[in-house]
Amino acid sequence: MRHVRLLLALFVALLLAGGSYFVPGAPAAQTMGPVTDQIGVVKINKGQPITIAYWLVISGPDASLGVDSRRGIEIAIDDAKGTLVGHPIRLIGEDSGCNAEGGTTAATKLAANKAIVAAIGSTCSSEARPGAPILWKAGIVTVSPSNTAPVLTAPDRGPDYGGYLRTAHNDSVQGKVAATFVTNVLKLKKAATIHDGSPYAEGLANVFADVFTRLNGAGSITSREAISPTDTDMRPVLTKIAAGKPELIYFPVFIAAGGFIARQAKEVSGLGSVKLMSADGTFSPDFQKAAGEAAIGMYNSSPDLSPEALGPGYKVFLDKHQKKYKEKPISAFHPHAYDAANIIFAAIRKVAKKDAAGNTYIGRKALRDALFATKAFKGLTGTLTCNEFGDCADPKIAVYQTISVDPAKWNPGTNPKKIYP
Amino acid sequence: MSGALRTGLIWGAIGVFLSLVGMVEAFAARQIIVGVISLGHLLLLLIALGSGSRAARQGKVWGSAALLRGLVAGVTTGLVASAFIAVGSAANLRAMFVSATPELFAFLSFGRGVAGIPLVVAATATAGAIGAAAALLPAVIARPLAVGVTSALAVGLFQELLQIILQEGVIRTAIRRLIFTEDGLPPRGALIVFAVAAGTSALLRGRRGGVRAWTAHRPPRQRRAISLVAVALAIVVALLLPVAGGLFVSQVLVLVGLYILMGLGLNLEVGFAGLLDLGFVAFFAIGAYTVGLLTSTGEHAIAHLSFWATVPIALVVSLIAGILFGMPILRIRGDYLAIATLGFGEIIRLLFLSDALRPWFGGSQGVLGIPKPTLGGFEFAGPQQLYYLTLIASAFIAFVAFRLRDSRLGRAWMALREDEDVAEAMGINLVNVKLLAYGIGGAFAGMGGAIFAVMLGSIFPHSFSLLISINVLALIIVGGIGSLPGVIVGSLFLVGLPELLREFTDFRFLVYGAVLILMMQLRPEGLWPAAAQQRELHEERVDIPLVPPVEAAPGEAPAGVEGGGS
Amino acid sequence: MQRSWLRRVPIIDIFLWAVRIVVIAVILYGSFGTLRQGKYSGEVWIDFVVFGLSQGSVYALIALGYTMVYGILRMINFAHGEIFMSGAYTAYFAAAALTAGGFLNRHPVISMLVVLGVAMLTSTLIAVLVERIAYRPLRRTPRLVPLIAAIGASFFLQYTFRGLFGSGFQAYPTVNVLRGEWVLAGIGILRTQAVVIVAAVLMMLALYLFVQRTKTGTAMRAVSEDMEVAAMMGIDVDRIIVITFGVGAAAAGAAGVLYALVFPQVHFFMGFLPGIKAFTAAVLGGIGNIPGAMVGGLFLGLFESVGPTLFLEGLTIPGVYPAGIPAPYQLKDVIAFTMLVMVLIFRPSGILGERLATKKA
Repeated sequence: MRHVRLLLALFVALLLAGGSYFVPGAPAAQTMGPVTDQIGVVKINKGQPITIAYWLVISGPDASLGVDSRRGIEIAIDDAKGTLVGHPIRLIGEDSGCNAEGGTTAATKLAANKAIVAAIGSTCSSEARPGAPILWKAGIVTVSPSNTAPVLTAPDRGPDYGGYLRTAHNDSVQGKVAATFVTNVLKLKKAATIHDGSPYAEGLANVFADVFTRLNGAGSITSREAISPTDTDMRPVLTKIAAGKPELIYFPVFIAAGGFIARQAKEVSGLGSVKLMSADGTFSPDFQKAAGEAAIGMYNSSPDLSPEALGPGYKVFLDKHQKKYKEKPISAFHPHAYDAANIIFAAIRKVAKKDAAGNTYIGRKALRDALFATKAFKGLTGTLTCNEFGDCADPKIAVYQTISVDPAKWNPGTNPKKIYP
Repeated sequence: MSGALRTGLIWGAIGVFLSLVGMVEAFAARQIIVGVISLGHLLLLLIALGSGSRAARQGKVWGSAALLRGLVAGVTTGLVASAFIAVGSAANLRAMFVSATPELFAFLSFGRGVAGIPLVVAATATAGAIGAAAALLPAVIARPLAVGVTSALAVGLFQELLQIILQEGVIRTAIRRLIFTEDGLPPRGALIVFAVAAGTSALLRGRRGGVRAWTAHRPPRQRRAISLVAVALAIVVALLLPVAGGLFVSQVLVLVGLYILMGLGLNLEVGFAGLLDLGFVAFFAIGAYTVGLLTSTGEHAIAHLSFWATVPIALVVSLIAGILFGMPILRIRGDYLAIATLGFGEIIRLLFLSDALRPWFGGSQGVLGIPKPTLGGFEFAGPQQLYYLTLIASAFIAFVAFRLRDSRLGRAWMALREDEDVAEAMGINLVNVKLLAYGIGGAFAGMGGAIFAVMLGSIFPHSFSLLISINVLALIIVGGIGSLPGVIVGSLFLVGLPELLREFTDFRFLVYGAVLILMMQLRPEGLWPAAAQQRELHEERVDIPLVPPVEAAPGEAPAGVEGGGS
Repeated sequence: MQRSWLRRVPIIDIFLWAVRIVVIAVILYGSFGTLRQGKYSGEVWIDFVVFGLSQGSVYALIALGYTMVYGILRMINFAHGEIFMSGAYTAYFAAAALTAGGFLNRHPVISMLVVLGVAMLTSTLIAVLVERIAYRPLRRTPRLVPLIAAIGASFFLQYTFRGLFGSGFQAYPTVNVLRGEWVLAGIGILRTQAVVIVAAVLMMLALYLFVQRTKTGTAMRAVSEDMEVAAMMGIDVDRIIVITFGVGAAAAGAAGVLYALVFPQVHFFMGFLPGIKAFTAAVLGGIGNIPGAMVGGLFLGLFESVGPTLFLEGLTIPGVYPAGIPAPYQLKDVIAFTMLVMVLIFRPSGILGERLATKKA
């Protein structure tokens, strides 16, 4: 009996202890120094660093995406001479693992750090989905360089995503460009799609199929297939596709599975003359290594990184990149990350206030509003204007065709050759 | 002496291995004590120390002979490292080994290249001798020293986390300013931590035995009161953890709690009833999807119930799933069970992922818009609040598991585990007993899945991979199979610790594999074994010396925890 | 006697029969629907079967070593897939070196022998090391203990290779002689696939004869029957176990190279899923039984290749799936594992197995 009473008492104590935490968390307005902000103010003492965080995939099989973006941020910091409103910039980061749990944990760790002014990330859309609301609850605004899932900036995304923006293109754009290209330039009427069950590939394949059907009429998509990213034997699924006699196979998947599809398509009877098209997930010299000669003649949609599209600034960026990392960019989202960092810097410059002692104050809501108000910002990826749902990209998607699979000849624009627009 | 040479060679090879897999260079980036030592150098130092200490202990000699053995082992280790540096500087190993970068060799040779070799050998020799000396120190001195050094290093390792915890409040910020700088732990802070920890350890040392003896001599009534106080203290600590630890620590604890829930369920199947299950994540997924679909405000919602209404539903659904899952495999035993259950886990994941069931489960885009639970105006909005939910759920499930273990059903499970045929001869209805094990185990995991769904607010089928099943199996085995506190220990160790060391994710599974192999050899009964299991393993394994159970198994503590449950 | 308890409970039997009937009905309905549609010609079906058999031979190649170790030791060597990977990965460096000088295509036979030799040697070495360090001390422990050690070894090997050689993949060179296809009895078959099928059959025969006809093989069977009695009869049990691991691993190494010829990407994770599939194949055929591994592998390959199209494409449900189940190949593992459970229900010991499943573990 004594046990029970004691446990009950403890339970009450638990509720009381917990209770203080359960008051509905209306963000409290805060006044510090010269700044009053609805959701909070960051104070940076004189001489102390101003902290920017990234949450990107920097380990594991998809690490090249995140590391590429991080380099973009680092070059942006170099270009700002490492300082911002009189404080040195400190970049810290978390690995987000390219899955929902990783995104949650990484975002929570950043959210716990009150010194962080703004964040850049995430890499994968499935991380941003649970992660962005966690950051925004802590008043941290985040700009993603490579999330492309349409849902993240959809008009019905809800107030939880109020602090989320992106400089990456929206996949509804990429799928549309691909479908338009196939219809108008290649003049093909029948296509099949394959995705690998990842949100990225599935979303893109569906956008492509929908737009293609709209352009070419019902029945123009002969089959919509799916595989697993770890599959190696694609011949059965390709044989099934061949029975529908498509003229093109669109497979916006990743490198490993994409390589097998490209190789084995040539070996399946009935697909000898079929055209192959993939997206930015396989736009890499590694893919050419995986697919071998089967990649020659293949089409890829990918962000347009050509000098005509990006202007002379990109050339300068590439030189800096070469000097700093001794290699060419390893993926496609470095300019987006560079732009993400720069629009954040610009917004901070706009809202930061100093007191007499030289301390700096940044209002979190003010920073968020300044970012969303970004207008006609000249970035590497184009002229950025953020809309009310956080889409800032100036999407330039090109279609490339692979000419040679010699890794030494990898040079987007000439090989793979840009053929559209 | 040849023993010392061999020890030196083996430890040297370990060092080369850790360098080649990239661990040393990755660790080099993390400063432990600012300007003094990085984690990479610490790792190398530990290897040299370990080499010397091991050689000294092996020799069964004392005094200068032991020191000499340590020195020899240290020199040998250093020579292995030197050979590695020489080869690495001369040839381009990088064509094959991605981690054999020039930076690595610069780091290993203190930036001097081949010219640094004498320095390396001198350093390892010194470290070897120190390691040997440390092995010879009497416990009175060695213990406080070890505690002090370990504490200082741990504080250095987790400095970022500790700084975040200490960023608010007057006392906390004062402590922060005393120990840390913006960059990390300076030598001054390390000294303070060392002094405090070593001092505390030295002071407590004389008394600890005394407290134990004092407790043992109390009458039973008082002893129970003491254990109750201990439990109460533990509960208070558990309650205050999220307040003291902040957002991130709470998040890690919630994850640990989810694994505890799954571990308790699997423990019931594997530990109690002896039914191996490699597809356990299926129930976790079913629980998560049940709650997700029933509470979601998104497009796949089938109802808009509150979280509290859906938890019992999730429990029932995963219970039924467990029973349905168990029925076809009732007759399958042993290793066939492993692959059949693994198959079930994959089937469930693929079905949730598939385009075929996309209209109902959302395919790879998952189920979105799952609201956080609310209770009378309070919202379980973030990890600090969800922690309490997880805590209550874990406590409740642990209590149920504890009662089940000592029930008729529990004894039937144990009988089943020992021998199916005998159990049947004793009149146990094997069908019911097996199905209940699958069902109840599944329900426990379903509870975890329910919290997982509200924690993320969106669920994706990619979260329910085979790795989760293997993780859960590993954690109950590391904790101690069949042991309830073992599940908690295993979960903290295999889920909590890696989350705190997130930047070394790349090495997580490497270490994990090594730990599993070593565990099975040194402590197959787990960190906190169940009494029966420990007896069994020790009876059977007479040929292999085990760590004496008294040393690491806190005999009185499990009784305390169990006392709290009853 | 052992199963009598189930007889007393008709509900379970009824349930199991219901499961069988439902699965078979679904398969029949789906197959009938697909065939009635007439979307696929005879040649297409032959293609499906050939692709399935060749994929099945790949599974069989890995399963042979798996099942041999199990047959002798009654231990699931979860790390077998990693042994397979380690051979294929290390041999990549040999293959790349040979390609760089152009030697590979000038002397394809010698080159392939060198590459195979490197793979088999590495695999054997690693397997023997793993046995010595991780498994041998655990020989007399409850069977869950070695299984966990094997899972640990599997992770350790995977991430060691990842650390050593990076997380990306390496592209295996292609051998010109093996490009294109051979035509046999009017059926075109890719050369690499033909090589794999022939190699699998040869390896099965070799292993079978080794275990059945040689003195070492006899000793292996003795150890498998009863370790202690075998030791009393003067058999060096440790040696026999090392040989078993070594032979199984050499087979895995060779399988790795052949696998890489068909699927020319090697990476640190490449062994994990094929390992699980091979284990499934071994269980399907009856684990511990060498011809069983072959049969199980071929069955699994066939189900995966033919199954999704045959069973699911015609599985029309009015109002829900008017055109059959969408994207059926996403569900091929569902079919494979369902078949596994079906086989285990019908024949708890696998297609060719002795009654191991219900033998006392």
